[in-house]
Amino acid sequence: MSSQSIPPPKARMTDWLQSRNATGLLFMLPAAAFLICFLTYPLGLGVWLGFTDAKIGRSGVFIGLENYWYLWHDPVFWTSVFNTVFYTLIASVLKFALGLWLALILNEHLPFKSFFRAIVLLPWVVPTVLSALAFWWIFDAQFSIISWSLMQLGWIDAPINFLGDPTNARISVIAANVWRGIPFIAISLLAGLQTISPSLQEAASLDGATSWQRFRLVTLPMLTPIIAVVMTFSVLFTFTDFQLIYVLTKGGPVNATHLMATLSFQRGIPGGQLGEGAAIAVAMIPFLLAAILFSFFGLQRRKWQQGGQD
Amino acid sequence: MASVEFVNVRKSFGSQPIIKGVDVQIEDGEFVILVGPSGCGKSTLLRMLAGLENISAGEIRIGDKVVNRVPPKERDIAMVFQNYALYPHMTVADNMAFSLTLKGESKAVIDARVKPAAEILGLTHLLERYPRQLSGGQRQRVAMGRAIVRDPQVFLFDEPLSNLDAKLRVAMRAEIKELHQRLKTTTVYVTHDQIEAMTMADKIVVMHDGRVEQIGAPLELYDRPANLFVAGFIGSPSMNMISGCIDPSDPLSFVAKDGTKLPVGKPIDASPDRPLVYGMRPEFMRLDPAGIPAEVVVIEPTGAETQIIAKLAGTEVTCVFHERIAARPGDTLHIGIDAAAIHIFDETTGLRL
Repeated sequence: MSSQSIPPPKARMTDWLQSRNATGLLFMLPAAAFLICFLTYPLGLGVWLGFTDAKIGRSGVFIGLENYWYLWHDPVFWTSVFNTVFYTLIASVLKFALGLWLALILNEHLPFKSFFRAIVLLPWVVPTVLSALAFWWIFDAQFSIISWSLMQLGWIDAPINFLGDPTNARISVIAANVWRGIPFIAISLLAGLQTISPSLQEAASLDGATSWQRFRLVTLPMLTPIIAVVMTFSVLFTFTDFQLIYVLTKGGPVNATHLMATLSFQRGIPGGQLGEGAAIAVAMIPFLLAAILFSFFGLQRRKWQQGGQD
Repeated sequence: MASVEFVNVRKSFGSQPIIKGVDVQIEDGEFVILVGPSGCGKSTLLRMLAGLENISAGEIRIGDKVVNRVPPKERDIAMVFQNYALYPHMTVADNMAFSLTLKGESKAVIDARVKPAAEILGLTHLLERYPRQLSGGQRQRVAMGRAIVRDPQVFLFDEPLSNLDAKLRVAMRAEIKELHQRLKTTTVYVTHDQIEAMTMADKIVVMHDGRVEQIGAPLELYDRPANLFVAGFIGSPSMNMISGCIDPSDPLSFVAKDGTKLPVGKPIDASPDRPLVYGMRPEFMRLDPAGIPAEVVVIEPTGAETQIIAKLAGTEVTCVFHERIAARPGDTLHIGIDAAAIHIFDETTGLRL
């Protein structure tokens, strides 16, 4: 190599254009342009707006951390932070537990197995607004089917005020979110379960493991990488949830179900305070980063996944 | 250790019968190999013994106990799977100790069981590795180690060598046989490779289409195959078979369809119109100037021996010679057949006469 003379600049340019790197760069360009236009720019604009006093119809001026200072002393903002964390935590735990349970059932040899697997996906494929509207009726103060059934059974005397009472409203929106989120988790975990060789279960049962031990010592450890991915996505989806709340409660009653996303929208668009709304949205970023970091460490290849070829 | 007994065992998947009534007796400490082509039900039979498949009819006994309704974990058997089924998230040591950990044995007891097993199999320096970091042969050994640590009543092997390369397979064959001689645990081993069966087994069970074709010691099956299936399955290259009938004028002579006369060792009691099959092993043929003429089709020198495929009595037959033969395709060789070593079968029933 070193004995060869260096080619003239023009030839080097042609060489480079024909190399794999140049082709790679060329192929990346459309995607990169798309991401910059539709992701990086809005994100940057949002962060910038958070530092201004922009209102609808008036481009704001830079006011530093004033929006954040205001929010720091705003009890409604802190209620929404609490609501979001509470909503995400409870909904994610329930979705994980029920989703895993459903995945384990669907992984068994059931009659009409593929039919049930398809059915399970239904809540996921229905548009959120549509299912939220359905839940709106289910949770209606007068015509709720749940209230009606319980009254027919004679368990209660008057309809339940699902969305009018703060505690009931929180439980109701979490229930709706769990119903919508289970399919994603169940189907993803089912896919994970199917990558585990059945002979491992057989080997464990010959080794004397009960079915609970087989689950705890063989299935669960092997499923952890997939659980980490799926739960990260689920937490991100839940934390940034907007549609369900917007249709069901619009954040009420008395802000009891206001999430950061819905509060940000309410302050920014109907309220006209674009800067403040943007600041609330930006305040979600640390929480989301924490979730991503958690998954980053959760997703790291475990020692047993490393080395050797298979 | 225990004996194992299959009594008229049957198994169907839906309406499809897989095992059609199998009777096998396995003595305490015996090394028994179930052999047969793919789909003959040998693996299913093994899995039924392990308790991984249920039994449609009949009885399986381990020792004196009928185990039809006993769950796998209570049968006290260890199995080596074809894909080894090592727990990927556990080290070699943990894999081998898994059954003991489940029983809640103390660390000292576990060490005292795992260490010697690892030593027998040469795994001592690998105990802290994960299965992914091991070669195929090493994984195979860990799977055996996991079985040995259990000290079970019966060892089961389900085609354990089929994922290894040819050289390693031969080495592991010897290792498994040595292990059995050392531990003397009753072993049931499934394979489709008749060489594995011949070299390792105390007793071979030849299976075909859900039925047992013949049970016997390796050389017994080789020398006296009960029917055409066993004759064709045991031995490599397989037995040459020529259709024909007994010469009406000479009971010590077999007439092939093209009229060639082949020698028979002892008189055959069969009428000349009964269709028969004349079987001769490639190893029992030699060059003999007074022999039957055969036209060479293919010649395959292997160094130790020469395999020749030649057209004899209108049929392509394989011959194995220990000498080197400088023949070319198209040449005519004269082949002598060891009349004492030939086999005669009924063509319609397939049974040996």
